[in-house]
Parts: sequence; structure tokens; C-alpha cells
Amino acid sequence: MEEMKEIVRDYVIQEYVEDDTEVNFDTPLISGGIVDSFSMVSLKRFLENKYKISIPDDKATPEAFDSVHKIVDLVNDFLK
Amino acid sequence: MTHIGSYEQRLKNFNWGIAEKELEYQPGNVINIGWYCSDRICQMGKGNKPALIWEGMGGKGKTFTYNDVRLNSNTIGHFLRGLGIQPEDRVCLFMDKIPELYLGFLGVLKIGAIAQPLFSAFGDESLFVRLENAQTRAIITQKKHAPKVRKIIDKMPFLEFIIIVDHDPAKPLGLREISFDLGNTPKVDVFEIHPTTAESPSVLHYTSGTTGQPKGVKHVHYSLISQYLTSKWVLDLQDDDIYWCTADPGWVTGTSYGIIGAFSNGVTQCVLDSGFSADAWYRFIEKNRITMWYSAPTAIRSLMKAGEEIVKKYDLSCLRHLASVGEPLNSEAVIWSEKVFGIPFYDTYWQTETGSIMISNYPGMKVKPGSMGKPFPGIEATVVHPETYEPFAEPGKVGLIAIKPGWPAMMRTYWSNEEAFKSKFKNGWYLPGDRSSIDGEGYFWFVGRDDDVINTGGHLVSPFEVESALLEHPAVAESAVVAKPDFVNMEVVKAFVALKPGFTPSQELDLEIMNFVRKKLSPLAMPQEIEFVDSLPKTRSGKIMRRILKAKEWGEEIGDTSTLEDD
Repeated sequence: MEEMKEIVRDYVIQEYVEDDTEVNFDTPLISGGIVDSFSMVSLKRFLENKYKISIPDDKATPEAFDSVHKIVDLVNDFLK
Repeated sequence: MTHIGSYEQRLKNFNWGIAEKELEYQPGNVINIGWYCSDRICQMGKGNKPALIWEGMGGKGKTFTYNDVRLNSNTIGHFLRGLGIQPEDRVCLFMDKIPELYLGFLGVLKIGAIAQPLFSAFGDESLFVRLENAQTRAIITQKKHAPKVRKIIDKMPFLEFIIIVDHDPAKPLGLREISFDLGNTPKVDVFEIHPTTAESPSVLHYTSGTTGQPKGVKHVHYSLISQYLTSKWVLDLQDDDIYWCTADPGWVTGTSYGIIGAFSNGVTQCVLDSGFSADAWYRFIEKNRITMWYSAPTAIRSLMKAGEEIVKKYDLSCLRHLASVGEPLNSEAVIWSEKVFGIPFYDTYWQTETGSIMISNYPGMKVKPGSMGKPFPGIEATVVHPETYEPFAEPGKVGLIAIKPGWPAMMRTYWSNEEAFKSKFKNGWYLPGDRSSIDGEGYFWFVGRDDDVINTGGHLVSPFEVESALLEHPAVAESAVVAKPDFVNMEVVKAFVALKPGFTPSQELDLEIMNFVRKKLSPLAMPQEIEFVDSLPKTRSGKIMRRILKAKEWGEEIGDTSTLEDD
């Protein structure tokens, strides 16, 4: 769980943060404007590739992607 | 009582002098949008009226009165003038929807310079081609976006000033960078506004076409006449309205109706600078008691997707009038809004080049769900045959939308591309590049684009730009980019990619290419789907036949393939 959080956070920082904005596990990603709705598609693709899961579009909502914590919860739902 | 009253009556008595008279503008006089949007409203006794109610990330907010807007735009104008920025110099505004964007836009106009707003999510390549084309002299940006400018600074000797509005003093500034903290700068009360006239250039917005680089659409200060009156008659902005235009000023709706329209009418407008979520949007409407809401079909469909239960959590009874722009508003969305908000969204049709609303549904006029409505009074619009450019005599025929040139907000040219500008006119008509029909009652019905440009979430993406970016990826041999249907965004970008020898398709490569385009161009331009292919369909002369790939995506007939090269 902790490892997954680190991986997701590091990926978000690497791919979506241009400056030195800090991202913690609760930082709002979508409502905070770090990841926009179009870029969410690439983040979803990363999670699906990395964890060999398929996230249905109706579960990939802005709310479900709004923080590292929420993303990890979502991924875990599909790993079960 | 609506401002437009009877649409039919307005048609009979219309001339643009109505707006000129209301704005107390005499042809030949000085006309400066920056002044009309701030100083004039103060002179009308509304200096203490809220002009801009802004909310940023994390709920922090700030309210600016019209006098605050006047003082702050003066201050920015004074600062730019102090740097040596001259009338008609291009000043790029590359910011999120923060107050400095709105105030800076007016400040740039007040000194007679040309405001060049660019969407802050643009990547370095998208930024570079637009700055280079305009030979932009200064860019106003935030520290979070400065790294994209730094990446390309060496290629831009013309860009003399990079003005950062939120610089951290503990950190060094980069090459040609200047810190400008508006909040801590003494406000300039008395300011000499540049005496721009009707044809003085005001705004340069970039738009994408099927071929070539993006084109800079040049507007002039006289555009105010159309933008003021359409805001009043179509959006029905009333003095006591609280207005919310959800568009980003990086795009034309965000300036024509997200700055100029509301401010020139002296109306209070709200701005929400945060990412989309249904909860956040409904909460914002409820909190600010928004009465007039101008949004886009993509947002409306995203709200539809979030469901009706969430709407019930909020008191949205404040909403009085709703309008939509950016792409066709499907009838389901109109019917849904009537059901959940008790009022329909009124569709409006126009584009970057037209500068103001051309065809619309009007308050008080019967709405036919799914229709674009009827031409604004003073706008002569029709549908013409795609080969002869003659208007169809009978209703129901699908052809090209055609508008008789001459309204105040019409673009004056494409920046440094007069040839492309001239090509938009045929047989005395301006052709926006869209297809539609007109029914027996004069309502326009949108059919689609007449070219390969992709309309995603109301923003145009050039397949050429995306294909060019794809070719810069080391694994890509060739590519074709087309629109793919999408429930929320109407269309999204899909890329067909043939790989160079030595590369094999994989999920990792797929994601790498997506991110490559996203960072280079923008999230809008990122292919939402990549299909790896061995080869692409081409004509015998070697031209990629996008239409075959697009037809497959849309489940349409492929059509004539006689020019297709043999396998």
C-alpha cells in the first residue's frame, strides 16, 4: 500500500508537475488543477499498465482521481 | 423583461449604431476596450460594484470592484509601459485563471499593445510556434509555467521580457525574467490610456486549421461593439446579474464573453480557477448565487454523467438563464437541463474568427433542442452549396455555413498570413468551415466540420500539429490523426501510428507517446487512443487518406477509394 502510494505520487510529480509544487498523498490533483481531465486518461493508462488492471470509464471520475490516496483506493478495488 | 425583447422586431430595426449609442461611441473617436471595461463603468457611478469575484485552488478567494479593476489594470499598463512596451507590441498572457490574467488583459489593451492570451496548459512546442509567429515581445506568466518558457528561450531572441507575477524572492530569476508582484505594487490612479481607434489591433487569439501552423486571429478594438451587444441580447446580462463564464481566456470565449462582454456591460462576474468536478461547480453556483451561466457542452455532458442526485444537494434556484458554446449542444443536454435546472441551455454558435456570437437561441424565442438557433440581428447568415457557394433556395439542404462579412468583431486578418485569410472568403461570403442546414422556420442545424480539424471539448486541434509532434518521437515512422467520437468531449484525438524498424508496439510505448504529445503540445492534443498499424492508407501520390481512417472510427461509409494506393 505504502509502496503504491509512493509510486503513484512519484509518477504524478514526474509527469504532471512542471515546477517545485509539492505533492503529498492528499494533495488535490484534479480539483487542484495539477492533472486536468484530458491528462487523466494518461494517468489511468499508467495505472492500468503498471498494475495490470482495467478501470472502467465510469469509475475513472475526477473525484476518484483527486488525490494519491483516492487513486490507490481505486486501484486496490480492482486488484482484489 | 429580456434585453432583446422580440427577436423579430429587432431584426426589422437593427443597426450596430444601437450599441455605439449605448456606449456613447461616435465613429472616428477613441475606442479602447480596457477603458470601456473599467474606467467607463466607474464614471457611470459603479466603481464600488463588484466586478470580479475570483476563487482559486483550495477555496481562497478575492473580490475586485470596478474601481479595483481600473486601478490594477492601470498599474499593469504602467509597468509594461515602463519596460518600453509600445502600442501594437504583442504581450502574451500565459497564466491560469488568476486575477492577473483578467487585469493584465485590460492593462495590455490600455497601453495600445496587443493581448495574446494562450492556454496555460500548452506545452513548450505549442507555446513556441505561437510566440514565434507573433514575434511576441513580453510574456506575463506564473512561476509554475516559467519552466516551459525557459525550455525555449534560446530560440526566441525577440522575447525580451518574461514577467513572473508570483516569483519566490528566495530563488534566482532566469534569463530575461522580471518579477512583478501586483499585490505589492503601488496602484496607479491617474493613467493615460492610449488613444486606440476602431481599427487598432486589440487581441491575437490562435486557432488551429487542418494544415499548416496555428493561425493568429487579429481582432480590433471596434470588436467591443458586437461583444457588448451580444452579451446584452443573447446572454441577457442584466445589471443585477451574477454571471459565470466557465471558459478560459486562453480561448476566445474567455476573452469576448469572459472579460469584455461582462465588464463592458458593468456586470459582476465570477471566476473559478480550479479543476472540474460536479460538486465544485454546483457549490460555486450556490455560494455566489449565480444567475447567468455560460458554459460548454463538454462541461454539461460531464455534469450529466455525474447524475441528477448530486444536483439535489445544492440550491441552484438562483439560475435564471443558461447558454452554451464551443461545439453543438445535443438535444439530450437541452432536455436534461430543463429537467434538472428547470430551464434549458441556449446554444450559441460562433468561432475565434467571428469574435462574437453569430447564430443563437434567444431568451424568449422558442428553443428547438439540438438547433443552433437563428442569426443575430445584423448578421446575414445562410447555407451555401459547397462547390458553387450559392445559397440554397430551399430549406433542409446541407451545405456550408456562410456569413456576409462586415460585423464589428470580425477578424481583420490572420497574423502574417493574408493568403490564408483571403481563402476564407468565397463568392462574397465568409466561410467558418462548418456544415449545416436551415429548416423551414429559419433555424440552423449543425452537421459537422468541413475539414479534418478535431473539435475536442470545444477546442480545435489540428491533426497536422499532432502528426508533426508524433514524428518527432524516435519510434514513430509515420502517423495519421483523426477525430474519434466521445460522449463527453464530442470528439477526442486518435492517432494511427506506424513504427520505425526496431520498435514494437507495447503498452509502455503507447503511454510514452501519449505523454510525449501532451507535454509538447497540450493535454487536449494528446491522443486518447493510439492504434499501431503496419502502414497507413495513402493516395497513389503518397498523401495519407485521413478520411478513410475517420470514416472507420465513426462507422461511416468509406466512400471513393479509387485514388488509394495498391497494397
